[in-house]
Amino acid sequence: MLRFLVRRLVVAIPTLFVVITVAFFMMRAAPGSPFDNDRRLPPEIKANVEKKFGMNRPLGVQYVNYLGGVLHGDFGPSLKYQDKTVLDVLRENYPVSLRLGLTAILIATVMGVSLGVLAALRQNQAADYLTVGVAIVGVTIPSFVTAPLLQLVFGSKLGILPIAGWDNGALPNMILPVAVLALPQIAIISRLTRAGMIEALHSNWVRTARAKGLPERQIVTRHALRAAILPLVSYLGPACAGLLTGSLVVERIFNLPGLGKFFVVSALQRDYTVVMGMVIVYAVLILVLNLLADLLQARLDPRVRLA
Amino acid sequence: MTQISLVPGSGRGAALMETAVKGRGLWDDARRRLARNRAAVTGAAVLAMLVMLAIVGPWLVPYRYDEINKDDVWLAPLVHGHLLGSDALGRDLLARLFMGLRVSLAIGAVATSVSLVVGVIWGATAGYLGGAMDEVMMRIVDVLYSLPFIFFVILLMVTFGSNIILIFVAIGAVEWLTMARIVRGQTLSLKNKEFIEAARAAGLDRTAIIARHIIPNLLGPVAVYVTLTIPGVILAESFLSFLGLGVQPPMASLGSLIAGGAQDMELAPWLLIVPSIAMIATLVSFNFIGDGLRDAIDPKDR
Repeated sequence: MLRFLVRRLVVAIPTLFVVITVAFFMMRAAPGSPFDNDRRLPPEIKANVEKKFGMNRPLGVQYVNYLGGVLHGDFGPSLKYQDKTVLDVLRENYPVSLRLGLTAILIATVMGVSLGVLAALRQNQAADYLTVGVAIVGVTIPSFVTAPLLQLVFGSKLGILPIAGWDNGALPNMILPVAVLALPQIAIISRLTRAGMIEALHSNWVRTARAKGLPERQIVTRHALRAAILPLVSYLGPACAGLLTGSLVVERIFNLPGLGKFFVVSALQRDYTVVMGMVIVYAVLILVLNLLADLLQARLDPRVRLA
Repeated sequence: MTQISLVPGSGRGAALMETAVKGRGLWDDARRRLARNRAAVTGAAVLAMLVMLAIVGPWLVPYRYDEINKDDVWLAPLVHGHLLGSDALGRDLLARLFMGLRVSLAIGAVATSVSLVVGVIWGATAGYLGGAMDEVMMRIVDVLYSLPFIFFVILLMVTFGSNIILIFVAIGAVEWLTMARIVRGQTLSLKNKEFIEAARAAGLDRTAIIARHIIPNLLGPVAVYVTLTIPGVILAESFLSFLGLGVQPPMASLGSLIAGGAQDMELAPWLLIVPSIAMIATLVSFNFIGDGLRDAIDPKDR
């Protein structure tokens, strides 16, 4: 276990380093600069601005300086938002995305697993068909359709929930965005759980548990479910990383002050340091969550040996 | 198959068995099971129709997809010769829908093919060679996996300008990662199977083993993943369209039509509903075919 953790960390750190390097040079290779505005800056001023941010030096030097800063926890100043560091941008906007994402994952997992188990226990009955139907519709309707539809129904027509806005995370403001984020995840999770559960219920160890005379409830929760959620665990790793870094679509439609929209805006404006900060957050999340998924998998499945 | 005597030594029975058993391999069984799966057959039929419409549809409508008619603005369906109505510029929705279907299906097909070719070669090579080569190749996949998709797309776009080919490449470039992982995993588990060992013992060389034993056995999971990748690609393109990074007007894709329709939802609901139905029909068909294929090839988890 400890050896596994150490080994994975030894691999993860170079991976992260390569990710940072690739992203840094890819972004610098793209044409344009953060100081290209609609109004063209006079060359002297542009040179001064570039000097202020150290961008007049050779790219290699800038790269080494940037890496040095990151090692000390300094992600640099934003090139577009005056007087804000990248950490400020993250600190102000990340809690919103994190809160929405965590709530959505929690709800999606609880609902998805319950629906999946229910469908598997009632295979080929009405409840099963209903779940499978919901699952297929859930994965096929894009969130930029469900979001305006929900706004129209609950915000505009019924008037019971706010159409958009954050209002410091008040509960009514969270309901619609979380619903839009959770719906496709409920669909996928219930499908994965159903398939895993059906297979588990036909397995030898479940038959053994039945033969021992265990109550059905215990067979389902302790024996079958444990094996059935294995595929779910490896799915949830990357899915969480996606949700936790903020959804561009949901944040834009509901006008939420989250991190997701910075992905597009900052990359289009070549706000190099902010983009790099987001790339690092995303990569760290992916690496950590995949590691957690592997650990959880090993705990659930005695056949998996961590080495 | 019904009246075969299985008693060994009875000459007639043995002869019959030889002819009857022949030709029912994995794929025949799979085809039979697939044909019996009503959802998959319906999905295939709907999809065939959609593909036909995407190919010939644009010639069946008296309007071009980018034809602006100043007098026919915001028409509801079935008015003034516009079967499905028109949009803010008076463009015929049916013509745009056929074009959007064509573009979306093409993006799905091309991006998936890119991911298929690159992913299968990459994954099979890494899995079969193993060792240090495998380690390096899969680390590269890990690195690319850790970069956010949207980051790729925007950088590609600002570097090469926005065009459809680029969207194909960008989406394909992301989708091959999962394909490579799946193929590698399959190759690893196949490599040590008894029948591969038997083939090796029988004196087959490495190329023959890969071509005759590894690849045919990979095809099942790969085919399933392909039918599930295509809808994923179509969905990914629609998100890009929503963010203004997808196909550029006046060109249309199902995603860009839906994204546009969502903006005018209250004024002209048909602009949202019609392309949404087309999109859902397309994606559901692919999903049914994919699920049916999985059940047919791997019947154990039904």
